[in-house]
Amino acid sequence: MDLAALQTIINAHRALPGAMLPTLHAIQDEMGYIPEQAVSLIASALNVSRAEVHGVISFYHHFRTAPPGRRVVEVCRAESCQAKGGRALEAHVKAQLGVDWHQTTNDGAFTLEPVYCLGNCACSPSLRIGDDVHGRVSSETFDALISEARVEA
Amino acid sequence: MSVKIYVPQDSGALSLGAERVAKAIAAEAQKRSLEIKLVRNGSRGMFWLEPLVEVHTAQGRIAYGPVQARDVADLFEAGFLEGKPHALALGPTEQIPFLAKQERLTFARVGITDPISLDDYAAQGGWQGLKQAATLAPAAIVKEVTDSGLRGRGGAAFPTGIKWNTVLGAQAGQKYIVCNADEGDSGTFSDRMLMEGDPYCLIEGMAIAGLAVGATQGYIYVRSEYPHAFKTLNATIAKARDAGWLGPDVAGSGKAFELEARLGAGAYICGEETALLESLEGKRGVVRAKPPLPALKGLFGQPTVVNNVMTLASVPIILAKGAAFYRDYGQGRSLGTLPFQLAGNLKHAGLVEKAFGLTLRELLYDYGGGSASGRPLRAVQVGGPLGAYVPEADFDTPLDYEAFAAKGAMVGHGGVVAFDDTVDMAAQARYAMEFCAAESCGKCTPCRIGSTRGVEVIDRIIDGTERTKNVELLKSLCDTMLAGSLCAHGGMTPYPVLSALNHFPSDFGV
Repeated sequence: MDLAALQTIINAHRALPGAMLPTLHAIQDEMGYIPEQAVSLIASALNVSRAEVHGVISFYHHFRTAPPGRRVVEVCRAESCQAKGGRALEAHVKAQLGVDWHQTTNDGAFTLEPVYCLGNCACSPSLRIGDDVHGRVSSETFDALISEARVEA
Repeated sequence: MSVKIYVPQDSGALSLGAERVAKAIAAEAQKRSLEIKLVRNGSRGMFWLEPLVEVHTAQGRIAYGPVQARDVADLFEAGFLEGKPHALALGPTEQIPFLAKQERLTFARVGITDPISLDDYAAQGGWQGLKQAATLAPAAIVKEVTDSGLRGRGGAAFPTGIKWNTVLGAQAGQKYIVCNADEGDSGTFSDRMLMEGDPYCLIEGMAIAGLAVGATQGYIYVRSEYPHAFKTLNATIAKARDAGWLGPDVAGSGKAFELEARLGAGAYICGEETALLESLEGKRGVVRAKPPLPALKGLFGQPTVVNNVMTLASVPIILAKGAAFYRDYGQGRSLGTLPFQLAGNLKHAGLVEKAFGLTLRELLYDYGGGSASGRPLRAVQVGGPLGAYVPEADFDTPLDYEAFAAKGAMVGHGGVVAFDDTVDMAAQARYAMEFCAAESCGKCTPCRIGSTRGVEVIDRIIDGTERTKNVELLKSLCDTMLAGSLCAHGGMTPYPVLSALNHFPSDFGV
């Protein structure tokens, strides 16, 4: 773990009012997750306890403390997607990837996460692969998207 | 002369392939040595037609959709640059009935302009409200907003002017304007569309709020699921500041207002205003007890206006055209317009801005076109995951805060999620409890424990284990959550649960 790189990120954000979330976002954007070593560095920079830093990281679904697969697949589980076959899509995605929520495929290509609304409710059902949101996803389009993503991942 | 072609950059359009369409259009034009100007606009809100491509012609803007990359060569061949016919041609955009019948005040520019362009914004009536506000005393700005009848569009419908007046009257060295852009409710996407499609409108509304209450710093708290909105806000805040609409001397008023966008981190509860403030301060998004009100002790303990995106984006037109203009829309105590969002199992899902007062049925059938599946609509959840399920018998209720409250439902943020007759309402009730448990901040017992017990009790009802007894237990549990929770998260989860049970008892085997 590159402690100097972590410290640089922390120093760049520590003067902001309410610096905790911007700092954690910057670390996760850079490293893909929040490494254990970051906790005490952030605590000392922001003058809070390590427990408080840990408390914030564990509270928010977005932050992760272990590296994910090369692509994160987020499937929307909320009502609008349910109304358009979202539950069947969830089952299909789990079966195709061979994993349950929060798990990573054996080849390390995909981590599956639930998401409660991507704000794409007029195009349900929706899911996100990496940074790209896809609307009106059927089992067939999911299979095509995932094989495309597997090549790139 | 180059032809203007519009291809939306709205996340919804992108999710259906708009980026590939834009690239294909640019490539095809180059291949044919045609000069075009590609504008990446917001969405018109007709998502069944997205990606919706528009061409600027002598007859105005002509729409084509839904366009896929593979259609592009064919469109050029058919002469779509001159607005000529094609299988995908929809005629003049403004005449498409879904759009033509709307009353777009807050969404007046969305889909029409290039969201990043300051010139486009100014040319379409932008900054008029802020210019007006810059000439008024703070109390006069607040009075205009109070007189307009504007109520909080985030769901609680609290009168905006009264909230602003409390902050104006508070004595403090520092005050804040916080925009709640943590649009986590399923079935809602108007905040996202506006932030991506007309961000200056929100920026203008926040600057007006700053002048009105004497706040010099604003924050927009955007959910992390909206990366495009966050990027667009950052770009436009910088441009607005360079142009003097933000910064040390807002619109020549001599007063300062700085603005910053902040990213949430995937916690639904941060849409609750006090949890949002905790999160902005860098803490766990745990709900605060009220009082003290955020208007008196809000962000970092200072007087703070917390308003939803739609509320703040409605302010510029109120200042530009006057309170009376806005108040003339709507009915009763629900004045002005609401951008309704049609989602779920509807043929024509999208954004419909209308004055309050039309019925749910009009929205579902005249605009939504009925179900996408072709089956009968059975239940409609209005107002997000904490909103009640409305049965067919109540579809004629006018969309008005009080009329919905009288039916034990709520208009909320105007999100409408329709389900056809394949829906299992017991499963929906179970999901409401499951979602409440997943997203509870954990501070109060009725919500933290009640939601988990709720899932278990509903499971027993579905199993048929001591059904009568467990139905009574579920009602009693809902009563505890309703009366004993600190905030709406636990306090309103009983709405979808009880409405499902009361209107659709057969799904529970009762």
